[in-house]
Amino acid sequence: MAANRKNDINPSEITDEGLYRNRREFMRTASLAVAGAAALSLLPKNISIAHAQDSRTWKPNHPSQSDTKEELTPFKDITSYNNFYEFGVDKDDPAQYAGTLKTQPWSVAVDGHVKKPAVYHLEDILKGESMEDRIYRHRCVEGWSMVIPWLGFPLANLIKRVEPASKAKYVAFQTKFAPDEMPGQRTSALRWPYVEGLRMDEAMHPLSLLAVGLYGKSLPNQDGAPIRLVVPWKYGFKSIKSIVKISFVESLPPTAWNLATPNEYGFYSNVNPEVDHPRWSQARERRIGEFFKRKTLMFNGYADQVAGLYSGMDLRKDF
Amino acid sequence: MLCLAPLILLAWNGLNGNLSANPISDITNETGIWTIRFIVATLAITPLRRITRLHGLITFRRMIGLFAFFYGSLHFTTYIWLDQFFDWRAILKDIPKRPFIMIGFASFVLMIPLAVTSTQKMIRRLGGRRWDILHRLIYITAVGACIHYIWLVKVVTYRQIVYATLVAALLLFRLLWKLRGESLQKTHQPAKKPLAA
Ligand code: HEM
Repeated sequence: MAANRKNDINPSEITDEGLYRNRREFMRTASLAVAGAAALSLLPKNISIAHAQDSRTWKPNHPSQSDTKEELTPFKDITSYNNFYEFGVDKDDPAQYAGTLKTQPWSVAVDGHVKKPAVYHLEDILKGESMEDRIYRHRCVEGWSMVIPWLGFPLANLIKRVEPASKAKYVAFQTKFAPDEMPGQRTSALRWPYVEGLRMDEAMHPLSLLAVGLYGKSLPNQDGAPIRLVVPWKYGFKSIKSIVKISFVESLPPTAWNLATPNEYGFYSNVNPEVDHPRWSQARERRIGEFFKRKTLMFNGYADQVAGLYSGMDLRKDF
Repeated sequence: MLCLAPLILLAWNGLNGNLSANPISDITNETGIWTIRFIVATLAITPLRRITRLHGLITFRRMIGLFAFFYGSLHFTTYIWLDQFFDWRAILKDIPKRPFIMIGFASFVLMIPLAVTSTQKMIRRLGGRRWDILHRLIYITAVGACIHYIWLVKVVTYRQIVYATLVAALLLFRLLWKLRGESLQKTHQPAKKPLAA
């Protein structure tokens, strides 16, 4: 299994520097063009460009400081192994059933303590944002992980645009509720709609991303189309998918998994190898495509950037 | 032979890359689900035999029971070998962290004496009655397996409920059968007494 996935060796390791630079330059121009196409595809006529790139040769546009250099998880795995209970509890359910989700037209309601509350068309939210590729580690609470090249823009940008009032201490998010499009919502697996939340400083953190694509293409439905949150230092379920509402609130908002099992899933849910889930250890994880488990890193390897948000907090208590 | 189909299918899918992005988890789940299915099937034989009076069914019971043990062994091996890769320290730390592993382990261990005493020779050596009592351990295994399944999932769905209900129904059948037997015996007792005298 793992043997045939050894493709993405960093080219700089094997190619001489000059040649590598040239190629990198070429890749950058090429992927700019493709990213442009991807951004276009988000506009009303959502043209699928799924064939435009092979995930093996894909290279990020605007390499960012926070990008991990680890081997990317193949596009196929990111889009066929999902937890998205709106479409069923099995990993292959979302890929199989998410086709019924209507992502056109899409709007996002912004409300609460904010100067510019409104129901925004997705196109208006994306207008003026420059899309960036961000390669993040993704760690599921179940003990597996991936490396995913998202395409999106900082959540902070949107927050600044809608101008929250000082009363806004938390940001709450909500997934679309449409049982006829999302078969899982006809069951009582979770309380619907799915809700999530971040503290304002977490939401404003430069790592927090609103993603609209991956591998330079628009998001497949099973990965949370057309717009989702990505908070790479938290367990995957915090990164809420298919967002229709963003509220600026004064007190700690409810979150879906915390409502389901409060003693197992806390509000913060930061990746933390030292604080085990009550029913399983979080010390190690299996990177999808690898045989051996690896050690889980504090804040999923983003401790340098985010540990400051939690100084003085007891992470055992605020898990 | 039919009982091997799930394993062959799993191996086929594994070799052809038809499993999900996390094949080790697929193997664990698939062997686990077949273990519980064979446990339920084993428990179903006696009630079926009593209801249908097809006494020949008893000949399948041992084989089905042994297949439950077989898939249980594969499941356990998957955990030790593929999932944890013989990292005994991690396993020892993992077990108390995960009550569902503890109960799964207990359920599996209780199947070992049953498998060992499944031969004709062992049945004769133990004597039918003692063998019967020993093999009631499967009731504990079955209940343990259901708890294992309920505890390991993040949200309980109809699947866990189906297995728990089946096991409960099959055990309840035995209880009711026994009570009925006892009450039948009671009503027959007066008739028996003069005979014995
Ligand atoms: C009578 C014995 C057992 C039965 C009937 C059983 C049954 C099951 C079932 C039905 C599943 C879930 C399959 C699914 O979700 O589709 C499962 C998963 C699992 N079992 Fe067992 N099991 C048994 C013993 C054990 C033992 C001895 C261990 C380890 C020491 C074990 C470890 C696991 C693990 C690690 C999982 C996967 C959990 C996860 O995906 O998070 N089981 N088992």
